Amino acid sequence: MKFAKALASATILAACTFGSASAADLVVGFSQIGSESGWRAAETTLTKQQAEQRGIDLKFADAQQKQENQIKAIRSFIAQGVNAILVAPVVATGWDEVLQEAKDAEIPVILLDRTVDASDDLYLTAVTSDLVHEGNVAGKWLADTVAGKPCNVVELQGTTGSSPAIDRKKGFEQALSGHDNLKIIRSQTGDFTRTKGKEVMESFLKAEGGGKNICALYAHNDDMAVGAIQAIKEAGLKPGTDILVVSIDAVPDIFQAMAAGEANATVELTPNMAGPAFDALAAYLKDKKAPGKWIQTESKLYTQADDPMKVYEEKKGLGY
Amino acid sequence: MTSILRTYLARLLPQLIALAAILIAISMTFPGFLNLEIQNGRLYGSLIDILNRGAPVVLLAIGMTVVIATKGIDLSVGAVMAICGAVAASFITSGHSLLETLFVTIAVGILCGVWNGILVAVLDIQPIIATLVLMVAGRGIAQLVTEGAILTFNDPGLIFIGSGSFAGLPMPVVVWLVFGILVALLVRQSALGMLIEAIGVNRQASTLSGVLTPVLLIAAYMLSGLSAAIAGIIAAADIRGADANNAGLWLELDAILAVVVGGTSLLGGRFSIAASVLGAIIIQAINTGILLSGFPPEFNLIIKAAIIVFILVLQSPRFRTAFAFLAVPRRAAKTTEQEAK
Repeated sequence: MKFAKALASATILAACTFGSASAADLVVGFSQIGSESGWRAAETTLTKQQAEQRGIDLKFADAQQKQENQIKAIRSFIAQGVNAILVAPVVATGWDEVLQEAKDAEIPVILLDRTVDASDDLYLTAVTSDLVHEGNVAGKWLADTVAGKPCNVVELQGTTGSSPAIDRKKGFEQALSGHDNLKIIRSQTGDFTRTKGKEVMESFLKAEGGGKNICALYAHNDDMAVGAIQAIKEAGLKPGTDILVVSIDAVPDIFQAMAAGEANATVELTPNMAGPAFDALAAYLKDKKAPGKWIQTESKLYTQADDPMKVYEEKKGLGY
Repeated sequence: MTSILRTYLARLLPQLIALAAILIAISMTFPGFLNLEIQNGRLYGSLIDILNRGAPVVLLAIGMTVVIATKGIDLSVGAVMAICGAVAASFITSGHSLLETLFVTIAVGILCGVWNGILVAVLDIQPIIATLVLMVAGRGIAQLVTEGAILTFNDPGLIFIGSGSFAGLPMPVVVWLVFGILVALLVRQSALGMLIEAIGVNRQASTLSGVLTPVLLIAAYMLSGLSAAIAGIIAAADIRGADANNAGLWLELDAILAVVVGGTSLLGGRFSIAASVLGAIIIQAINTGILLSGFPPEFNLIIKAAIIVFILVLQSPRFRTAFAFLAVPRRAAKTTEQEAK
């Protein structure tokens, strides 16, 4: 981290000395999927911020959810002779040819947030979070918090069959195994949305004696948790106290709920994938030392003790 | 009066039987299902949840019924919901009063209906294509309004529409009851309903016999836009935020299904608002039942589809004639025959 800071300030210094058109500046192309979710918008904002801090000239291309646009963007980056390319691939397949072209042009490619089905010598590295680990962190927090007391957990799953839903469920269950006091009594899909989160939580509350049997809620994303919190309140219970609420993503609205004492913890899926990517790139360009093929981002746990209002203010402007 | 009531009952009988069967089935798997209690001055229980959660689809189905009766279809209602929710949220957060917000939101919904209506009635584009335009573009418009984020608000008045209660019933239920009764009265106490049916049966013939076809068609789509606007307001008020990506997503299909389960033909002509409302409640009863049952979520769609297929088979004319021929005594068979005529 110290090194990154030093590098960043050095680059900024260089940029100041030589002016913006300096040949020493790094030019990096970034092909983003689009802006289908608030998280994605925040990722774009943070990538631009990180590039600016490091004095990197970022060429941004929005693919509007289309792979052919991404391939076109990557080809144009190659034609422009950029120093590196960042890609958040919209789908997993069909990348071999264009990645080979980048490799032939000796331009390193870094994958952000998702991976591709291609031979891993075609790209420098992939920066992603570990979905199973996220579920694990949430489960571990719950196990530590209830500390041996019996606790019935209800689970709001993501969209059935989606990889975040499968992996976040798996990670949570792994963390709970060995804690016989914790039992998942109900598990349903809330499709990652507030509306469904609220509707499904209402039915959980009805089905479990008005919520008296429920000690904690685990939601695969914050949006469902926000909806469920409203359902808990409307049933006359106190979310955060009567029913513990833990979820994943760390979007700004959950910090408001945590500040109000209505949510207990969230695990961050950081939108700052570009920071580690730029660090790895700098190290690679400096002494050609290739990083591993996978850089795992930190799945940070936030609780009510982490000054949620301050985090909310920080995250609010990122475009979530 | 009793004869009117009897024809009404005869029309709604299949839907009522289906609903009763579903409710009984759920209460067998989940014993506390029929319990109703009063909590904080409002009715509380799974039955109320069904009426409350069903509100958006019920509202959409009311508008959809009239459009389908004209031999049309409105695929854009889900997207219009998203637009209206977004407009309501952005107006209320930018400091406008509740009344202004509601007025503008409803005007936007009706405007969407006018757009669909003009495409169908004036430019003579097939309804499924004409409304597909707004179905696809509408979600983009909604995202433009919210700038891609979930736009949250804290206005107590707007929130009241989503989660307040009136006379012991949740507000959304009150809203759709009132709206449904008003629309039903409007089309049935005047000649409007008959004229709409005439357009659905034969548009050219009704134009030739002096019916103002284009005006009525546009009005039908306006009504659909209006109901989508109300549904959009309720959906946004319920979660205290406008979610442009997910509000009303695929609800146009549920609304069409509700109309079909209600026994109104997609080929236009005779329609019943009450039956469509029952259809929407049946769909929601299935949804709520699945949630209460505790089955793994992988089964949700399969169970729903199986029940729907079963209801539709019960309603199919082939099945009915076969069933009447096999099991129903002659007198009853005669009445169904007359009904069919």
